[in-house]
Amino acid sequence: MALDQPRKFKYVGTRPARPDGIDKVTGRAQYGNDITAPGMLWAKVLRSPHAHARILSIDTSAAEALPGVRAIVTGADFPPIEGDAGMRDVQLNCMATTHVWYEGHAVAAVAATSQAIANKAARLIKVEYEILPHVTDVDAAMAPGAPVVREGQTMENVPAGMSANVTYHSEFGHGDLAAGFARADKIIERNFRTAATHQGYIEPQACLASMTADGRGELWTCTQGHFYFRTACAAILGIEASALRVTASEIGGGFGGKTQVWAEPVALALSKKAGKPVKLTMTRDEVFRGTGPTVTTSITCKIGMTKDGRITAGEATLRYSGGAFHTGTCDMGAMAAFASYDLDAVRTYGWNVLTNRPKEISYRAPGAPQAIYAVESTIDELCQLLNLDPLDVRIKNAAKAGTKSSYGVVFEEMGLLAALKAAKAHPHWNSPVPEGASRGVACGFWFNFGGNTCVSLNIGTDGTVAVSEGNPDIGGSRASISLMAAEELGVPYEKVRTVIADTGTLGYNDNTDGSRVTFAVGLATIRAAQEAKKDMMRRAAAIWGIDAEAVEWVDGAAVPAGPNAGKFPPMTLAEIAAQSFQTGGPIAGHCDFQADGAGVSFGVHIADVAVDQETGKTKVLRYTVFQDAGKAVHPDYVEGQMQGGAVQGIGMALNEEYIYSDKGVILNPGFLDYRIPVASDMPMIETVILEIPNPGHPYGVRGVGETPIVPPLATLTNAISRGIGKRLYELPMSPPRVLKAIKGH
Amino acid sequence: MRYARPETPAEASRLLAAEPGLARVMAGGTDLLVQLKSGLVEPDLIVDIKHLPGAAMITREAGGFRIGAAVPNQALGEDRDLVAAWPGVVEAASLIGSTQVQGRATIAGNLCNASPAGDSVPALVAAGAVARVTGPNGERDVPVQQIPTGPGKTSLARGEFITSILLPARPARAADAYLRFIPRTEMDIAVCSAAVNLELDGKGVVARARVALGAVAATVLEVDVSAALVGTRLDDAALDKLAKAASAAAKPISDKRGTVEFRTHVVGVLARRAARIAYERAAR
Ligand SMILES: Cc1cc2nc3c(=O)[nH]c(=O)nc-3n(C[C@H](O)[C@H](O)[C@H](O)COP(=O)(O)OP(=O)(O)OC[C@H]3O[C@@H](n4cnc5c(N)ncnc54)[C@H](O)[C@@H]3O)c2cc1C
Repeated sequence: MALDQPRKFKYVGTRPARPDGIDKVTGRAQYGNDITAPGMLWAKVLRSPHAHARILSIDTSAAEALPGVRAIVTGADFPPIEGDAGMRDVQLNCMATTHVWYEGHAVAAVAATSQAIANKAARLIKVEYEILPHVTDVDAAMAPGAPVVREGQTMENVPAGMSANVTYHSEFGHGDLAAGFARADKIIERNFRTAATHQGYIEPQACLASMTADGRGELWTCTQGHFYFRTACAAILGIEASALRVTASEIGGGFGGKTQVWAEPVALALSKKAGKPVKLTMTRDEVFRGTGPTVTTSITCKIGMTKDGRITAGEATLRYSGGAFHTGTCDMGAMAAFASYDLDAVRTYGWNVLTNRPKEISYRAPGAPQAIYAVESTIDELCQLLNLDPLDVRIKNAAKAGTKSSYGVVFEEMGLLAALKAAKAHPHWNSPVPEGASRGVACGFWFNFGGNTCVSLNIGTDGTVAVSEGNPDIGGSRASISLMAAEELGVPYEKVRTVIADTGTLGYNDNTDGSRVTFAVGLATIRAAQEAKKDMMRRAAAIWGIDAEAVEWVDGAAVPAGPNAGKFPPMTLAEIAAQSFQTGGPIAGHCDFQADGAGVSFGVHIADVAVDQETGKTKVLRYTVFQDAGKAVHPDYVEGQMQGGAVQGIGMALNEEYIYSDKGVILNPGFLDYRIPVASDMPMIETVILEIPNPGHPYGVRGVGETPIVPPLATLTNAISRGIGKRLYELPMSPPRVLKAIKGH
Repeated sequence: MRYARPETPAEASRLLAAEPGLARVMAGGTDLLVQLKSGLVEPDLIVDIKHLPGAAMITREAGGFRIGAAVPNQALGEDRDLVAAWPGVVEAASLIGSTQVQGRATIAGNLCNASPAGDSVPALVAAGAVARVTGPNGERDVPVQQIPTGPGKTSLARGEFITSILLPARPARAADAYLRFIPRTEMDIAVCSAAVNLELDGKGVVARARVALGAVAATVLEVDVSAALVGTRLDDAALDKLAKAASAAAKPISDKRGTVEFRTHVVGVLARRAARIAYERAAR
């Protein structure tokens, strides 16, 4: 549904206080670790100290003998999942059986009457390992003769003769590459490497699990998707999904990292064995060692350009490792790499490679920041070599509505050109580069997603509105959903309360991911509100004794549609609600569907940086984000997403990385040496929201949460490289690496 | 684990000496409690020294400053005379942690934690600070650089602990400065660091100079820079010599925080920059 002219909104687009705000600032919000139950036990997981080993034996007798220990589980306590290799991997990741594949891999867990006893008992478990050769580097893992992480994982599309660690291959693109490169005046091919990075959420994984003797369970947990957690936990424990009810706590950050189970199946298994509720909270160290970071990558990118800046062909090979498990993230990278450009000839190749690292899990736009970093760096270097303006070149090649994207789909209305032009017109771009500083620019893209969604909307007899939705609120979505319900019903925002319902009360909702919630849950809420409105108009019609078709909804009230319908004063939502017991009972609307038409998302970032030429340290002086939000439902949270995503991307660019010893042990599993930016590292991130309505949503909404993490990697690379007069091809650009480049050795 | 809160230094010393298991002194606890939580140490006895008489006080002594072992770093920055006399020591102590940590952390704790990267230690060494140690055999005064003997190790004997640290009196035209390199702006640990303490004569010529480097050896390293700096007005040639001397003295390792090459180079850069700051302060 295309919008002919911008719609006028009453509530959408305003900035009311968030419903969870007071609880959060007063410390009353209930996070995963805040949930307790009478008789509760405390759990501790024992983890592998080795990057790769065969488990020869596990002796739990000393731990069992410790007073206070109530249950111990190992891999043998989980019935092997058959027929679903992906879920089997999740199960094996939660608890190892015959092998450990990375340092930090869980091998056993204890529940005891105190945390101190559980910790002590875990240390008393004796595991005998046969240490096997390991590999943590993606290029080394692909080399012939590399230590094999897991046998038999290779899929059919991998050519014969490659290392057994290469499990999957994909290819995307169109056009004649050779002809494209032949038209270029300049072709360069460059290799890039990026480190694994962690989402760095402040709240560690924490849950309370309670299984009763009749085989039913309750789980309270910090999650981005309690419906998926129910599916996964039920599969891993071998119980029916309906036997388990999962309630999502408030969430202290997720960024994609809480879309997978680690602690929950273990806590449930311990509870089943002990017959008591079990609390399992991971330490920060365990979060780094045991949960999922991003992929680590090695990327080759080749681009041809004419003298006047037209890209004639682009080709990229993306070697991604998501640890010792298959992941489809290389597909995401291969599809996203060139999405910003309208190209006649483009090809990308994705490879998944196994390494002895933890199992990757989503982190904001998974796979895209790395791929687009390579492409945007290569384009910038070509601009320098051909002496072209990097923003003009991007404008010249930008994808637009009607462009056949590098991954096949034909784009609809989208905001890349608008963002580029806004950047070009912005004071940041037009201000002189400060003395001693340098400037970089880059684009970014994310697909966005709709997915399975189920919402119920209930009209209270007092005229208030209760929305039940099934997606944990990680970025202010309750406020946005309340705003959309208020808009559709024509009632004030304060009259709407949106809650995250548990798995027992709604149909399946996909995870809070893919930038889908404001779009898909918002759309479902609007539809549920429309259904409720229809019911209320029917009731007003019955009271007035006219046809239901002769009633319409204006400003929160039923009114006769036109003079022929009869003369009645408007009947407000509150008035209709108050009479509901006399007119047929409760009033509600409901929507369950698979949301389509999420609408692609693009952003453009500009950075000014100053590099200390004597130490290699980079200071970000100014940073501006331009992004198409479709319609910004709650502009504060749109800006918050743009700023937060940019800062996380800047962290990836500057200092964040998993550092391994030569034994495959993580050396920096804490916030001291895993360096996410602190507030004082950052300038105020300026934001420019563009509103190019998404044709797939009645209010024009498109997701905004993931795209902003994509451009910073290349934006900073381009700024720093220009500043030091040397190109950098590896992330992070930590001071020792930058100083080395400056000194030229 | 037991917790004790003695009222006198003698009692504290007795408790520490008598403990058959592992005993640990606690001042601010900002290292100790973190180590406890992460399972790095499991003491049988914790002796809290915050309540000893004078432990939380800064007293004037012979023109200098005696800083009690429980004085939080925040209080150093609030003592104007101390800031005027020893700006480098105070800025080093102020770099430690966040506002919350500043309200607890002490320089004696920083010294006794014996991390080669402890921020206040190079400044204390360059300042010629002296620690007062109480033990089963009474009191003794020890130059601070003799306290740490290696990462996590000190020269303190069983039952001994520091009750205060003395920063000596200052002549006119003297000042110090401290700089550390961290990849971020705060909440980080020094990759390397340098403290410079200068005394100038009436004509602005360097009369005495002490330089100490952090995180480039197992303990803080004092470098003899007299040849480079004394007799100069800290011109570029002198600063070059200083940077070279600092880099030459450094014996760093490569680890997750930095390489040998990086630390060796940057510690020279820091020494040069800190010297310039100290000189400007002293000449004011
Ligand atoms: C968030 C955070 C940030 C930090 N940032 C920094 C930083 O930037 N730079 C830095 O250098 N450090 C930093 N630290 C470490 C710590 O704050 C400092 O080392 C601090 O100075 C320690 O002082 P304390 O009084 O808290 O020591 P405590 O933790 O009480 O003690 C430290 C050690 O010294 C021993 N000890 C303490 N006092 C005495 C005494 N009087 N006699 C004998 N032994 C004693 C203790 O037994 C213990 O082994 C940080 C710590 C935290 C938690």
